[in-house]
Amino acid sequence: MAEVLVYVDHVDGAVRKPTLELLTLARRIGEPVAVHLGAGADTAAPVLAEHGAVKVLTADAPEFTEYLVAPKVDALQAAYEAVSPAAVLLPSSVEGKEIAARLAVRIGSGIITDAVDLEAGDEGPVATQSVFAASFTTKSRVSKGTPVITVKPNSAAPEAAPAAGTVEQLAVTVADSSKGTKIVSRTPRESTGRPELTEAAIVVSGGRGVNGAENFPLIEALADSLGAAVGASRAAVDAGWYPHTNQVGQTGKSVSPQLYIAAGISGAIQHRAGMQTSKTIVAINKDAEAPIFDLVDYGVVGDLFDVVPALTEEVKSRKG
Amino acid sequence: MSLRIVVCVKYVPDATGDRHFAEDLTVDRDDVDGLLSELDEYAVEQALQIKEAADDAEITVLTVGPEDASDALRKALSMGADKGVHVEDDDLHGTDALGTSLVLAKAIEKTGYDLVVCGMASTDGSMGVLPALLAERLNVPQVTQLSAVSVENGVVKGRRDGDTASEQLEASLPAVVSVTDQSGEARYPSFKGIMAAKKKPVETLDLEDLEIEADEVGLEGAWTKVEDAAERPARTAGTVVKDEGEGGKQLAEYLAGQKFI
Repeated sequence: MAEVLVYVDHVDGAVRKPTLELLTLARRIGEPVAVHLGAGADTAAPVLAEHGAVKVLTADAPEFTEYLVAPKVDALQAAYEAVSPAAVLLPSSVEGKEIAARLAVRIGSGIITDAVDLEAGDEGPVATQSVFAASFTTKSRVSKGTPVITVKPNSAAPEAAPAAGTVEQLAVTVADSSKGTKIVSRTPRESTGRPELTEAAIVVSGGRGVNGAENFPLIEALADSLGAAVGASRAAVDAGWYPHTNQVGQTGKSVSPQLYIAAGISGAIQHRAGMQTSKTIVAINKDAEAPIFDLVDYGVVGDLFDVVPALTEEVKSRKG
Repeated sequence: MSLRIVVCVKYVPDATGDRHFAEDLTVDRDDVDGLLSELDEYAVEQALQIKEAADDAEITVLTVGPEDASDALRKALSMGADKGVHVEDDDLHGTDALGTSLVLAKAIEKTGYDLVVCGMASTDGSMGVLPALLAERLNVPQVTQLSAVSVENGVVKGRRDGDTASEQLEASLPAVVSVTDQSGEARYPSFKGIMAAKKKPVETLDLEDLEIEADEVGLEGAWTKVEDAAERPARTAGTVVKDEGEGGKQLAEYLAGQKFI
């Protein structure tokens, strides 16, 4: 059976959920071979094996953290040459997409980004994408070279499928030309303790109707009661009420959670572009004519300052 | 020595219009008005600021697209870019990201450059891969997804705000840069700028000028193939209730019924 390279997204060996989703999708196409770059391969390998990796290729080099992106492309290219895979899958993160792009040029292959589903096809893997603010669904495939495909978080439920997960060292030579962009310093973001926005199963977002940074704790309290991530519309971010890193929409992050709750968000096309593929959509808005209500599975026409705290209390009491 | 800046811009269908696909499954450009991709305005703005901080710099704005794409160039020229390059060729119809990066790279090399500035993504395809593709093709450093950028003494510096960390990046020119919408509000063209733009030179290039064979680009030459594009069925109308004191409770009831609580 053909092997499929899966690029592992991790923090010091703690494998992030989108990678487990990739392993699940990879098994539809062939046998997953995981590529773990950087520290923590010992921690990651059993998790990758548990989710179907027949092999785990690892490499660690200081260049991976000293320079931007390109050294990781060198490593993934080395893995590609060692395995000759049927496809290369990466998570649709900023870095995942950049690595995918450069690898595609090097190996002369086509690239598909932001797939929301993946299946085997007669002429190679077929990727489903959601385009034009999710108003269209397309099916595409790579027609030249080895398919390089990036997949959005929450595109599949991770399934356990224990495999050998044999760890093998990957020999990597980082080219001088890959040392062009130096990472001079790195300041870790302060953890909020909440799930990462793009990966979260539930997202609660606030918009213009939240009416001030001082009111965002209302949104955060609801999010915390549900174990959700917090999002914000562009209007709220531009007004300085919430950090840009939490912006959902065309110029912010694209999310696709199981449940999306929009509070005080009217639902302009730019916002819809970032959340319309959410499985269940709920909105709370004073304006019964707000376009967001065209998308909802459940909507409440009402003042979020009444509805959100009441909902938070109700969730807390039900969860006991 | 003059700093040569090339800004890559895209002419995209207006997102507020009714965007759809043509019969050959390429984006239908006839039915929806186009405009300069909003995210590229930030790239033009940063190029202008870099020019203003430099002793001597020149900004060329570059696009690949049909005849109408010259509108995107005019907008950028009216903001203050110095000249335009428009790559236009019937054989480009249906070109995908890899093909576009090939055309842009050849045009950038032909124009001459020290710094290439791009937006973080287009507002239509929104892949966000073009700057990385260009850096790979041009074999120069990529300094991408910057929320702040500056150029001094042949070195580009910038801040990349990621999900888990904020990084300070540095690279020697020549380099490819991409900027986010956090890099700084784009200026509006002044009346004077709009009038001046009409007189600024725009060079038109075709595939032959760039020594690219027709079969390397276009729908036939694409590295990817769209096999199907279907309009997403309208969501079935959901339940909408009016809050008369019980809205929060009713919503909790619904969420519990869906097993979210």
